[in-house]
Amino acid sequence: MNPMNYIYLSAALFSIGAFGVLFRRNAIVVFMCVELMLNAANLAFVAFARINGTLDGQVVAFFVMVVAAAEVVIGLAIIMSIFATRRSASIDEANLLRS
Amino acid sequence: MSAGETFAFWVLAILAVGGAIGMLLSRKAVHSALWIALTMVSLAVVYLINAAPFLSMVQIIVYTGAVMMLFLFVLMLIGVDAADSLVETIKGQRLAAVLVGIGFGLLLLAGVGGLTVNEIKGLDAATSQAGGNLEAVAQLIFGRYVLAFEVTSALLITAAVGAIVYTHRERLVGKPTQAMISRARFTSVTAPRSPMPAPGVFANHNAVDTPALLPDGSPALDSVPAPFQVEEARTFTTADGRVITAVYPEGDDK
Amino acid sequence: METITAASGTTSLTWLLIALPLAGAVILLGTGRVTNKWGHLLGVATIAGSFGVAVALWLSLLAKPSEDRAVRQFLFTWLDLGRFKVDVALQLDQLSMAFVLLITGVGLLIHVYAVGYMKGDDGRRRFFGYLNLFVAAMLLLVLADSYVLLYVGWEGVGLASYLLIGYYQTRDTAGPAAKKAFVVNRVGDIGMSVAIMLMFAAFGTVTFQGVFEAAPGASSAMVNGIGFMLLLAACGKSAQFPLQSWLLDAMEGPTPVSALIHAATMVTAGVYLIARSNPIFDLAPTAQMAVIIVGLITLLAGGIIASAKDDIKKALAGSTMSAIGYMMLAVGLGPTGYVFAIAFLLAHGFFKAGLFLGAGSVMHGMNDQVSMRRFGGLRSVMAITTATFGLGYLAIIGIPPLAGYFTKDLIIESALARSPIIGGLAVIGAGLTAFYMSRIFFMTFIGKKRWTEDVHPHESPWSMTVPMLVLAVGSVASGYLLMRDYTLEKWLEPVTGFVEPESSLSHVVVTSVTLTSVAVGIVAAILLYLRRDVPEVAPSKVSFLVVAARKDLFGDAFNEAVFMRPGQWLTRSLVWVDNKVIDGAVNGVAASLGGLSARARRIQTGYTRSYSLVMLSGALLVLVFLAIVGR
Repeated sequence: MNPMNYIYLSAALFSIGAFGVLFRRNAIVVFMCVELMLNAANLAFVAFARINGTLDGQVVAFFVMVVAAAEVVIGLAIIMSIFATRRSASIDEANLLRS
Repeated sequence: MSAGETFAFWVLAILAVGGAIGMLLSRKAVHSALWIALTMVSLAVVYLINAAPFLSMVQIIVYTGAVMMLFLFVLMLIGVDAADSLVETIKGQRLAAVLVGIGFGLLLLAGVGGLTVNEIKGLDAATSQAGGNLEAVAQLIFGRYVLAFEVTSALLITAAVGAIVYTHRERLVGKPTQAMISRARFTSVTAPRSPMPAPGVFANHNAVDTPALLPDGSPALDSVPAPFQVEEARTFTTADGRVITAVYPEGDDK
Repeated sequence: METITAASGTTSLTWLLIALPLAGAVILLGTGRVTNKWGHLLGVATIAGSFGVAVALWLSLLAKPSEDRAVRQFLFTWLDLGRFKVDVALQLDQLSMAFVLLITGVGLLIHVYAVGYMKGDDGRRRFFGYLNLFVAAMLLLVLADSYVLLYVGWEGVGLASYLLIGYYQTRDTAGPAAKKAFVVNRVGDIGMSVAIMLMFAAFGTVTFQGVFEAAPGASSAMVNGIGFMLLLAACGKSAQFPLQSWLLDAMEGPTPVSALIHAATMVTAGVYLIARSNPIFDLAPTAQMAVIIVGLITLLAGGIIASAKDDIKKALAGSTMSAIGYMMLAVGLGPTGYVFAIAFLLAHGFFKAGLFLGAGSVMHGMNDQVSMRRFGGLRSVMAITTATFGLGYLAIIGIPPLAGYFTKDLIIESALARSPIIGGLAVIGAGLTAFYMSRIFFMTFIGKKRWTEDVHPHESPWSMTVPMLVLAVGSVASGYLLMRDYTLEKWLEPVTGFVEPESSLSHVVVTSVTLTSVAVGIVAAILLYLRRDVPEVAPSKVSFLVVAARKDLFGDAFNEAVFMRPGQWLTRSLVWVDNKVIDGAVNGVAASLGGLSARARRIQTGYTRSYSLVMLSGALLVLVFLAIVGR
């Protein structure tokens, strides 16, 4: 089997995640899509680590996970506080940037 | 590359992509969370195949364990049943999203497809010296990448503090005591002095949506719990055979 | 060309000449009321110190052979911009020395006089501060070794003149007069700055020495251009035609100022400039001719104006214009005239300052009245003033053996040597001078008393009379002392050169002609102002010439019609262009940008997903780009 298949899988997952960000309006689901994109990137890192025979890709993937965890914490806290004031988790509602 | 790996890859790839598409298409956020959990577990297995057992465990523990738990926890707080409306509010967004998404995916695949891999070097050489994958990764993290590792600790602490600050709410007045609540009830003009009669008292059946009857025979509308105070008129028969129509005023605070 | 040596010994004190009055000005103007009580004494002391230094320098120069008298004292480098290098350095030579002695000597006398004259004035300290500032700037002007440094002093005296003309801040007329002097002087300054630019462009240097050494190699057009620009500058500062209009209004300042700045020193700066630039003018006959014409016009116009003015100070101002016209005429004559111009300038410094101080003394006794029609018969109460003023009067009209005779007659003689027309006009000017000066003297000191009822004329205090006496002595003796045995000619010859005028007429003939003209002027004045009563109110039925003279020969009307109204029209049209065209363009651009941004604002929907869409589209474009370029 061509090891590039892992990269194709990664690209497919990334595209699905990116599309989801544009498509879904529930902030939490949008967040899941972002997580999916990060996971896709991690998959590419891991696959390339194996192809190149060095462990650095795995270490980077590990750091991505750490950063993703921190990001999720903050993101969900923002969603919570928006929900507390607006009673809605739709990202279209939070368009204060407009004016 | 073994046939076993090829087989495992195709199974896991279908599961992962299926989970992603399921997440994308589920109307309920809870379902989306469950679908993406499937994707993440699949990816954990893929990592295992790709000679990354440490990452595989971390993936399961951090993502499917912690992160997804956090998602579900927030979903519970916000409302499990919250579902997206299917009506698109931004003009042209859906079409543009489809076009850009597909275009991006195709270009990405085409671009990656241009690469060719001559050989897989494998990680045996890299890990054998340290005595295993876990040891080798540990050597890297606490060796070459120790500074980045230390910085991530600052990042995590900042994130934790930030989350607390974001969700923390300062109490402006003290928590009311039982005495204060009682005093407020008796000094109020409208609030009932006594407990409400239970729903169904003196009515001809004791369903929770049937108002109790007051001694003068009129229905006590407030005895019905708020969720059941529906706006359409309800007709019911009292124990003494009278037919009563109860109408809750519109805009009543439920 | 004489050699210039570095300053040493006594001559290294040159900088003190300027530093003393400058320090006085800084202290007096900087300290405020603290120095009110003794400020005027400090002002006098600094000038006295400067005068002492000047005398010491003069003696040390006298001890040297005449070719080695020029010294240069380098102080510091002011500008060093590539090829353009300006040192602050002082050049003390015979010409500078003569001016330094005049400025500090007459300046000292007038400072002493001002102590008495300004007694009781609230702003006496400020007045002395300005006077010190003026003296410092004037000394810098005559001691500078380059045109740029001269320009600094040039502007400095302009500033001091402006401040002192507007000294009486409560008078409505003082402010506009000061502004007028300032603006007209700026016109002349344009000439000065253009001349400096031309020099730098043509010669690459602005020092006197450098310019004079390089001047013979320059084209005739360039030298003439520089000459004309220097003439314009001189016209502005010396109130020569066509920039003469400010001097009469400048009499708004206190009388000591009129004596020092607007008679003895500052207005002669133009003459100094041209005399100093003699190597340039000697190469530029066209510019020299223009100098002569300007001088002739001004000496006649000044005389006519002075003949019709009833204000004693304005009449004297007209006389100053006329006298400086003589000096310009003389410097225009070239090497035959430079020395005579400086001689007349020095003598004029004495007698004109004396005349102005006399006028100030009269005003002091007459409650600051200035109209000569309300004077008359003052000799009975102001003996000293009458005597000193009378000596100045006799000196200026050229009665032998007073100063004017020795100096002015020489100018007329060399003018006649050049051309009978120039000389003839100069002789007529001498008659005019005799006429208006006699008129002033008769109307003020002789004849019937026409005083207003509330005045009680009295002689002025000694602090005022002593300087007048000293100046009167100078008026009598300076001419003889300067011209005896070619004293001044020998002194100045290394700087300006000297050529004996070759006249076809003998000295006796010239003197007789001039004295005849003077006598005619005096007789006319006797007939008009002694034999007949002087009306107390100026008669209104007069000839056109008198009307014109009273209105300064329509100088202001001319300026208004030729410069002011077109200027105003130009300004108005520029304002219109600014409002409609430039503002319109700017506002139009702003409005269209505003409209564009109002449309562009709609792009910003505020929806996160729209932004994500744009972001992903950007990533898509990057991929497209890579796909195209990568292959």
